[in-house]
Amino acid sequence: MNTPNSTSTYPHAPGFVAGDRPRIVTSRFEYADSYTLERFLATDGYAGLRAALARPANEIHDEVKSATVLGRGGAGFPAGTKWGLTPQGVFPRYLVVNGDESEPGTYKDRLLMERDPHQLIEGCLIACYAAGLSQCFLYIRGEMALAQERVADALNEAYAAGYVGKNILGSKFSLDIILHWGAGAYVVGEETALIESLEGNRGMPRLKPPYFPAAIGLYGQPTIVNNVETLANLPWLMLNGADAYTAIGTKTSPGTRMVAVSGHVKRPGVYEIINGVTTFRDLIFGEEYCGGIRNGNKLKAFVPGGGSAPWFTEDQLDVPFEGQQAGAAGSMLGSGAVMVMDETTDIPAAALTLTRFYAHESCGKCTPCREGGTWLERILSRIVDGKGTDADLAQLVEVGTSICPGDFPHASSTRLGLDAVPFPYKMNTICFVGPSAYAPINSALVLFPEDFAARVTKRSMIPVTAVRAES
Amino acid sequence: MARLSEENVRLAKEVIARYPRARSAMIPLLHLAQEQDGYVTNEAMAHIGDLVGATSAEVYGTASFYEMFKFEPVGKYLINICGTMSCALMGAEDLMHHAEHRLGVKLGGTTDDGLFTLERAECQAACTEAPCLQVNYRYRFRVTAADFDALVDDLKAGNLTDEVPAHGIVARVRQQIPVDRGVGAVPPEDVTEAPTWMAEKAAL
Repeated sequence: MNTPNSTSTYPHAPGFVAGDRPRIVTSRFEYADSYTLERFLATDGYAGLRAALARPANEIHDEVKSATVLGRGGAGFPAGTKWGLTPQGVFPRYLVVNGDESEPGTYKDRLLMERDPHQLIEGCLIACYAAGLSQCFLYIRGEMALAQERVADALNEAYAAGYVGKNILGSKFSLDIILHWGAGAYVVGEETALIESLEGNRGMPRLKPPYFPAAIGLYGQPTIVNNVETLANLPWLMLNGADAYTAIGTKTSPGTRMVAVSGHVKRPGVYEIINGVTTFRDLIFGEEYCGGIRNGNKLKAFVPGGGSAPWFTEDQLDVPFEGQQAGAAGSMLGSGAVMVMDETTDIPAAALTLTRFYAHESCGKCTPCREGGTWLERILSRIVDGKGTDADLAQLVEVGTSICPGDFPHASSTRLGLDAVPFPYKMNTICFVGPSAYAPINSALVLFPEDFAARVTKRSMIPVTAVRAES
Repeated sequence: MARLSEENVRLAKEVIARYPRARSAMIPLLHLAQEQDGYVTNEAMAHIGDLVGATSAEVYGTASFYEMFKFEPVGKYLINICGTMSCALMGAEDLMHHAEHRLGVKLGGTTDDGLFTLERAECQAACTEAPCLQVNYRYRFRVTAADFDALVDDLKAGNLTDEVPAHGIVARVRQQIPVDRGVGAVPPEDVTEAPTWMAEKAAL
């Protein structure tokens, strides 16, 4: 395999930037025909499956467990542990692949589906074999037409060639993978909402407990919901083993992960980075990554883990991509999406673009989110339009507190002499959409109070009698 | 207008058979209906209800949750401009203003000739290529005002018909499961045992 120089980009994969780093899931991106079965087979394709099928299923499960493959969808829960949560002796069990990628700032699953659909299919097969899952539903976001076409073509090729369907590779292992696509609803990325949608319903998250669909999921059966990138790691893991996997990154965050860095940086792109050790400073300022802020401007703030994540500033640049450290610093790594704002950014307006997103995407099930999200959007719009008052600022906090009681997590700030409030938050809603509507507002208010103070009119009391101005 | 055509009913039955429960095919069939007519008609929703064993109200209940399903005709080309953070930081608002002026409609509107519908969209997963838009779910990256004008001109002139199908068609490739290769879906109540390969030392 050729070694791409540190900042290679490929015209056939817009957005992706290669580098001199281990590449577990993006190893085929340099080929223009990376999505074909022919290219896949020429580059170790389906060899991981063959290796897995040559061993007992429980051994494969153990291998994934010992590699600590963290879920790449947002919560970072280890896949092997998740598979183990299915109740003993209850069948059938299903695999639902979460390809409903819609978190603001995030895109890696789309690239993995467009550029290497066979790798994903191979990952699905390995997961189903290891965890005894008897049917797989591959749920792709509705708006991703090219990903749907590439996965459909790949599945058709794989069925015809005997990699999917009855008696795979001539073995006792049989599995159907059903391509399914959504129709536009962010909340469906939440795993119980995804299952509702797959059952033909409105995509609203289910009440918890049970906390994991591994206990009660699709059609009331044990169901594993895994993210696309998580599954894409499995073929490499089967070929190279858990020791090789954990040799990359750190003990708590092994392997690599894909991160999209967008906004005001010189070279925005999707990078496969080493988990656990790469810091935000490396990523935003490193020459082999984004190369710093555009036009030589200063960094103002960045969103470290998708639109739902509380913001960081330059004080947190040395935090690595490691869940616990990011949590202690007041945010989360989420879905691997960094959005960078430079000093020219209108902070209230930037927060509004995210709050509007979550208000728009609320499914309407929980009152604090359905009502609160819209309130937050309206109040913040008023402030951005220059018509807000200082009472509006207090109102934002009050509405936010009704969604998330207690202290909302935020980063520390040397400039303001603030300590961090660690992640996570308490919440009055079933899922994370409601808190996510408040996260950008809380970050903006706490870290940049002066940007709001300059925007609102001070009005400490409401006049009760009309006072005629003296001429 | 329009229940599902005979050919689409054949496809629908093929899709329904892939799921342990027919109702799971609801969203795929709604896409099929929208593909047929450009939007989802009341007749099609009643028909889908018959096919999957749901009332037409239940079908509408599901369909109305999802952004992509339209219940009235929209333009042949639906242009969705992303307005979420990364795109907004890179000038999405200006692009939306330009698009409104170029097409002579507000966001949410359809041009008089029925060719274009313009919408504000939420994050489209192309954040590093901001600002971005989708026309009938086909991407355009780092779109400038001039790019937008060229896109509109090309669509009007019919230069992009190979790449951009009419509204309603999302993926142009359908999954095909050969009869002799498919395992087949079984209702969950008919399965109680672990899959056969779990009992083996190894599958191969």
